[in-house]
Amino acid sequence: MEMIGRGVIKAFEMIISRDPEIVMITLLTLKISGIATLISILIGIPLGVILAWSNFPGRKIVISIVNTAMGFPPVVVGLWVFLLLARNGPLGSLELLYTPTAIIIAQAVIASPIVIGLTSAAIMQVDEKMRLQLKSFGATKWQMLLLVLRETKYSLLAAVIAGFGGVISEIGASMMVGGNIKGYTRVLTTATVMETSKGNTDVAIGISIILMLLAYLVTLGLTIMQHREVKE
Amino acid sequence: MSIPILQLKNIKLNKNGKQVLKVDQFTVEEGAIIGIVGPNGAGKSTFMKVMAFLEEPDEGEIFFRGINVSNQIGIDQRRQIAMVFQQPLMLNTTVHNNVAISLKLRNRPKKEIQELVIHWLERFGILHLQNRNAKTLSGGEAQRVALARAMISEPKLLFLDEPFTALDLPTRKRLLEDFRQVLMETKTTTLFVSHDFQEVKFLCKEMAMLYKGHLIDRAKFDEINRLQLPEELAQFLQDWMTPLAI
Repeated sequence: MEMIGRGVIKAFEMIISRDPEIVMITLLTLKISGIATLISILIGIPLGVILAWSNFPGRKIVISIVNTAMGFPPVVVGLWVFLLLARNGPLGSLELLYTPTAIIIAQAVIASPIVIGLTSAAIMQVDEKMRLQLKSFGATKWQMLLLVLRETKYSLLAAVIAGFGGVISEIGASMMVGGNIKGYTRVLTTATVMETSKGNTDVAIGISIILMLLAYLVTLGLTIMQHREVKE
Repeated sequence: MSIPILQLKNIKLNKNGKQVLKVDQFTVEEGAIIGIVGPNGAGKSTFMKVMAFLEEPDEGEIFFRGINVSNQIGIDQRRQIAMVFQQPLMLNTTVHNNVAISLKLRNRPKKEIQELVIHWLERFGILHLQNRNAKTLSGGEAQRVALARAMISEPKLLFLDEPFTALDLPTRKRLLEDFRQVLMETKTTTLFVSHDFQEVKFLCKEMAMLYKGHLIDRAKFDEINRLQLPEELAQFLQDWMTPLAI
């Protein structure tokens, strides 16, 4: 209990003193997970819509693959991205391994199935009658798509929240493809593990509190946006 | 003689290997208000969707204002029609935005949209609701919004698929009276599906009868007894037109 108390105090100390290393790690975490989430939105929403609206052979198999990928362990994703980016891997010539870009790629791979799966589920729930109604308003195909996305914005923001939550909290992939290099690829989750293994439990607890606070604040922002949209 | 607004010739539609609609010939003249009647499962809603360009038939020809539009129904044709469904599906936004939607989709000027929205909200007695979220409306209010939303685009053809069914009697009566007035003023060509004979008689001058997916005949109300109809349909119509005695 005393250790937890010390950790909480340490967290406040680090926040109040604006510890430069912690500030840098926090900003890098936010940047990496933010970009990865953005990429997953750009990939996930269009694919989710296509999956929901199209009717091609093997569609159910694709849906079940996406649903499985939603629960992929980050360490498995990390391993495959590592194999792709390793010097002797197919993308080794890009020299991306142990860079922030490598973590962004791995996190985007983790978040995309979450966004695809939740988007397609949201779009599939749109009543067929609603689609007929939109058509009867004289909407073109693109206008219909935009209207359906607007009608499902509550669920789509939930997909974004889930995608962001999935990547900001993961450690396996970040550690495997980022390497936890101080001042370069160290993020809040890898820093927490490192401090714990070094026996600096109070620092680890402090960093974990900052991570939770960060995740909460971003999610709070998205949730406020979501509810404001619903009221409008 | 003016060109009919809509003509259907030899229309056939199959679903799951079963014929669900067969119309040899059907003509809708400009300004007509026609009731579409028939027992449950007769194909009334399918017939409406085909005429409203929401469902394509497998065979047959459709002429819209004299032009054959079969297999080439585009946005220009669809934008000349409007449809109101039994359950008015409201967009998750204000009543004002719901009524404005079809004009926004047509990129009409903002000032014109604003004026027309106010006009139609006033016309249906719902101006006071314009800033309310449409999802929070009662059934009667929502149906008024749906009718205003349909009328604002000044449709050449209006389809009503049982829009008054879910309303309580006093609300239905008031709305029917208001709506009939609107139709008389705008002279909008209207096709109206309803299970209620009184509603059909109140709004329409004639009716088209469907039975097991086939368009059987079309007649004015006083002509029905003289028609040669399948026995089951004749019985249905007789029961349908007889006031309920409890």
